[in-house]
Amino acid sequence: MKRALRRDRHPPKPAPAPREKFPPLDLARCERFLMHEARLLDDARFDDWLALFTEDAWYWIPTEPDQQSPFDTVSLIYDDRRLLETRVRRLASPRIYSQEPPSRTSRMIGNVTQEETSTDGFVCTVRSKFMVLENRRDSQRLFGGTAHHRLVQLDGKVLIAWKRVDLLNCDAPLDGILVPL
Amino acid sequence: MSVGEGELVQLIEPGRVHRRVYTDPAIFDLEMARIFGTAWIYVGHESQVKNPGDYFCTRIGRKPVIMVRGPDGEVRVIHNQCAHRGAMVVALEQGNAPEFQCCYHGWTYHLDGRLKAVPLQHGYPREFDPADPKTSMLQVPRVESYRGFVFASEAPDGPDLTDSLGYMATSLDDMVDRAPDGEIEVAGGVFKHTYDGNWKLYFENLCDAAHPLFTHRSSIEAAQQQSDAAHSDGTGEIALRQMRQNGAPYSFWESQVGIWTYPNGHSFLGDYHDDAKLVAAMNDPTFRDYRGALEAKKGKARTDEVLAVRRWNSTIYPNISFMSQFQQLRVVHPIAVDRTVVHAYTFRLKGAPERMFRNAISFANTVNGTGSLVLTDDLEIYNRIGIGLASEGTEWLQVGRGFTSDVPDAHGGRRGKNSTSEVYIRNMLDAWLAYMTNGRAAQAAA
Repeated sequence: MKRALRRDRHPPKPAPAPREKFPPLDLARCERFLMHEARLLDDARFDDWLALFTEDAWYWIPTEPDQQSPFDTVSLIYDDRRLLETRVRRLASPRIYSQEPPSRTSRMIGNVTQEETSTDGFVCTVRSKFMVLENRRDSQRLFGGTAHHRLVQLDGKVLIAWKRVDLLNCDAPLDGILVPL
Repeated sequence: MSVGEGELVQLIEPGRVHRRVYTDPAIFDLEMARIFGTAWIYVGHESQVKNPGDYFCTRIGRKPVIMVRGPDGEVRVIHNQCAHRGAMVVALEQGNAPEFQCCYHGWTYHLDGRLKAVPLQHGYPREFDPADPKTSMLQVPRVESYRGFVFASEAPDGPDLTDSLGYMATSLDDMVDRAPDGEIEVAGGVFKHTYDGNWKLYFENLCDAAHPLFTHRSSIEAAQQQSDAAHSDGTGEIALRQMRQNGAPYSFWESQVGIWTYPNGHSFLGDYHDDAKLVAAMNDPTFRDYRGALEAKKGKARTDEVLAVRRWNSTIYPNISFMSQFQQLRVVHPIAVDRTVVHAYTFRLKGAPERMFRNAISFANTVNGTGSLVLTDDLEIYNRIGIGLASEGTEWLQVGRGFTSDVPDAHGGRRGKNSTSEVYIRNMLDAWLAYMTNGRAAQAAA
């Protein structure tokens, strides 16, 4: 786990290849990316999931439906990169009692649209609908809502610059959320 | 099933408590009547109902109530129930209304709960009197505010709020005195988290200095291993400091932290995060600005006095826990004997730099957040106690740590030799027994 977070995950980048070498972020690539992300989370490959984020990324699940900011209102989760790394490292800890037994999740993604795309097609915001079934111990929960991903293409690799997850029941009483949504 | 007083007395012994106190639905019903039905219960903060007509819906025990500011400026607490057929009248959590109207048959009420109008009134029996207080949305008989914190009691008579708070009022002072402008307000939304366990477990954990090293090990270790070179917008910085602090060795808890308890079940854990250790460090620019704002308003001597108060969690029995350094307040709502909902609020210190509030939000996410790296392990503990107690195994639960070394303290208090004493649990159980037997069982001379 520790190895996975070492800085050599992000080795100094060689001079960037000419951008025209890579295709722009069209809807099909975005959809494939979201499904890849969902699969990593369902498979509990949290290190690999973390590697999808840029080095100054943030990940946000607000407590209010139209929450404007993570800084003036509390959030179910609001992680800057440093906290996100800690969250992922904790998920691999043998002493994370709230994941003993671990959750199992199953995700469906749909209604994917590109909301905003830079003129060169290398940065875009993707909106999607999701449902996540989470099973742990004797109970199963169903989460659903809308996700926004800000995707950037760096050297042909798609990364998440930020991710916002709006849960339908964001303001309802909830038991703890462990596995990222 | 009823529970006799003789039986209740037998459930609590020196240093141990019978598991029925946490599992028996009949005892839970009695608690709702004798504790939540008589004690001063925190309802809300005046800043949540700033203007006439502003209302905020909450609960006293299981009963839905509305805290509302009337046209006369008075804050009242009324039951959220129509006198006609019993329907809940106000359906939104908060808002502003000129009057309350039931959506079933249109019975309309003044903001103080008095009946204002009844459609088809001629159809009711002759003795039906809209002026009869029984046809109102019933007022909770006693409502008092202490420096903006509104408490209500369902008992028509009894000790007033300040008597009931006693020395613990100083913890509420600490919440307010830290505001340069002398005022605080609820801001930044609310967390609502749940667990399948008894409401008392929550309070029994909040001042427990002996659990972090075990329960929170995963977040402590993950935080200790975290590189500070990774990007932070300030959020991770606050969170990591707190998680690492949870990893303080036992020697720290046994030498630098204390636990103080007071009559009626109140207590606080103190001297924990001194200002040099956490965010409010002297060399932190936000804290320097904050201190400057405080000194400008209160003078240096008074500022020193205000900041010298170093309390971590304060518990006002039976329904709130709060901490002044990051302006947090948690309200515990018992739902059933094995089901609890906690609402966690943040306050803004008026006159303090905006960054202080931002730090308080980050802190709230860290310790009170539904997706927190810390709280989730506490919720797991409450759930596991719930599961464990449902078994017919261990009959008596041990709450005896520090029992022989607790010492009497000023203001009618009693404190642990150090913070790892369970004196605060014994103190709450003493209050529990006194409430449950209507004061007839002598408080155990623990």
